[in-house]
Amino acid sequence: MTTETVRPRRPRNSTPPIRAKARRAPLKRRKSLTLTVLCTVMLVYSLLPLAWLAINATKSQQNLFNSFGLWFKGFGFFSNLGDTFSYEHHIFARWLLNTLLYVVVGAGGATLLATLAGYGLAKFDFVGKKAVFATVIGAVAVPATALAVPTFLMFSKMGLTDTPWAIIIPSLISPFGLYLMWTFSAEAVPAEIMESARMDGAGEFRTFFSVSLPLLGPGIVTVLLFNVVTTWNNYFLPLIMLKNQDWYPLTLGLSTWNDQAHTAGGDVVFNLVITGSLVTIIPLIAAFLLLQRYWQSGLSAGSVKG
Amino acid sequence: MTITRRRGVLLGASALAVALAATACGSSSSGGGKSSSGSSQAASVSDADLQAALSAGGNLTVWAWEPTLKKVVADFQTKYPKVHVNLVNAGTGNDEYKALQNAVQAGKGVPDVAHIEYYALPQFELTKSVVNLDQFGAAALNGTFTPGPWNSVQADGGVYGLPMDSGPMALFYNQTVFTKFGITTPPATWDEYIADAKKIHAADPSVYITNDTGDAGFTTSMIWQAGGKPYSVSGTTVGVNFAGDAGTQKFATAWQQLIDGHDLSPVSAWSDAWYQGMAAGKIASLTIGAWMPSSLESGVKSGSGQWRVAPMPQWTAGGKVTSENGGSSLAVMKASTNQKLAYAFLKYATVDEGAQTRVDNGAFPATVKQLNSPDFLNKTDPYFGDQKINQVLAQSASEVAPGWSYLPFQVYANSIFNDTAGKAYIGGSSLADGLKAWQDASIKYGKDQGFTVK
Repeated sequence: MTTETVRPRRPRNSTPPIRAKARRAPLKRRKSLTLTVLCTVMLVYSLLPLAWLAINATKSQQNLFNSFGLWFKGFGFFSNLGDTFSYEHHIFARWLLNTLLYVVVGAGGATLLATLAGYGLAKFDFVGKKAVFATVIGAVAVPATALAVPTFLMFSKMGLTDTPWAIIIPSLISPFGLYLMWTFSAEAVPAEIMESARMDGAGEFRTFFSVSLPLLGPGIVTVLLFNVVTTWNNYFLPLIMLKNQDWYPLTLGLSTWNDQAHTAGGDVVFNLVITGSLVTIIPLIAAFLLLQRYWQSGLSAGSVKG
Repeated sequence: MTITRRRGVLLGASALAVALAATACGSSSSGGGKSSSGSSQAASVSDADLQAALSAGGNLTVWAWEPTLKKVVADFQTKYPKVHVNLVNAGTGNDEYKALQNAVQAGKGVPDVAHIEYYALPQFELTKSVVNLDQFGAAALNGTFTPGPWNSVQADGGVYGLPMDSGPMALFYNQTVFTKFGITTPPATWDEYIADAKKIHAADPSVYITNDTGDAGFTTSMIWQAGGKPYSVSGTTVGVNFAGDAGTQKFATAWQQLIDGHDLSPVSAWSDAWYQGMAAGKIASLTIGAWMPSSLESGVKSGSGQWRVAPMPQWTAGGKVTSENGGSSLAVMKASTNQKLAYAFLKYATVDEGAQTRVDNGAFPATVKQLNSPDFLNKTDPYFGDQKINQVLAQSASEVAPGWSYLPFQVYANSIFNDTAGKAYIGGSSLADGLKAWQDASIKYGKDQGFTVK
């Protein structure tokens, strides 16, 4: 069902669809030494930092400085892990929960809004549609970082800084997600199906939830993943908005721990920063592995249409 | 990270420009008025008033990154249960100043009390973001603090913060490494220091006497010790003169020898490579502020028992002149709605019980009482081979050269140090030329901001 819907009919933009196709038809695969070498090099290049992180999360603060970076010395992973969670009255657990809150409400809400808006724009005609299109495309080009300071000044007047809303509200806006859902809806939901649903007497909401939504699944997961990654890694916005450590996300919290080494009398906790970073990226890796299938098909659909 | 720092500086710059324009309009007329109103209020706020404020209670927000303040705040709230203190770590150094300026500009979310380093205090004083503590009787604290820090919190006849810690400089060295290269007594003069630096690096090219990639704070402290006075400040009239300053030239000539010989480890202070270099014995010493011991003990655990402290090397044999490196104060923000209570907290944290609590937790005091107490002076520390290091450090505090001042836009000036003077460290120019370039860039910025530059 999924693959049927998404498989591109006229693959203009070569790589992703062709590779996806090759995986499903292994008999036709041609072996290329150059490609193998190149992929291996890229694989090592991408995994090396991860390996470094995993290896060094097992070292004590002292061993971090006295040992080769890519090999083990002593095994203190569990004590590091325990210390990470208990340091400064379990603040790390609090940061983890904050990040989850921002991701669930912010990224979840952004995906919902992008789906509704993208579908609406793709499937209905109305006055000013071109203006909306231009606005969305323009918004994709503006980096969120550039808006952070003006947003801060505005939120400050509204009394929203230093509250979770300061992170959640800007996270709800995802022009790129909207654009992706727009092109995806245009492709994935044939007008004929909607027409027949209407003929059978379904209202617009019924048509959306019962007929269109299942067809939009891969696109929604793709946009959700995009938003989850962006929100999970969000650093600059919380840096500007939040002063109360109790509302920090993991990114900002780890950065404060790292900064302790930059000041006189600060407690130097590089081992906790490293272990904390490992814990921080594990949920993201898990999300990618679990949703990989949807991610790939959704991504290629977008790339062909774009 | 770099991006956010840059942005901070720009934001800070624009805030400074706006405030400066406001200052320039009314500076001459308000100057006299301010001090007279300050002294009239000084009589009205007595210790009894402060006690009353403490008993009445209220909420205070304190922005600080200083680790020992946590304990001070806890004790303070136990003693004055009606006062609730919200201690916020809003970033370290520049990050906090950026946040502070954003908040002042937005007019909301400004804390009651802020932790501000001495070099940054003039900037907040000039933009009238912090209040003159004279109105609460701070002038009476003259003699409570050591001269270096006390001078650092004064400007235009007012007191704009209470000194929290100080950083009289000393030579921290790894005795094991020094001995290995045949250096039995630490260098007493900079000539000896340079000779030792070359000796160490020649014997083992991977070992350096110290690290330096160009550090504005270190450079200005070194010039300070050499008797230099490159900055002159009087209200909105400032002077920057490195090229014609004898102290600056003395330092630049000496340090150029180390740069030319590649005798300085190309590692920046406070980086992880820095801690690693010290842990591995590749960086053998630091000429740095007296607040260093707790950072060494926490960041370079493997150096325990190996490090020692010696007086700062001198420019003339037998000399007794030092300077301050870093150090910070607590200031009351103008936007605070409870300034009296805020000042009462400042006094508790820096003069009363808090001063002792902070020393007990490893901070280096700025108060004469703590500095001269026998407990403090006779304390031994196994990390430093049971040496009584506080005697060396307290001695340094009493020898700080007088008459130094920072620019009212030192935060910005320091941020461009590496683009100008820093080039000397990678062989782009001589250090003297680099400092001249720093001077020119600082003057240009000062003029752009509306300062009168001599």
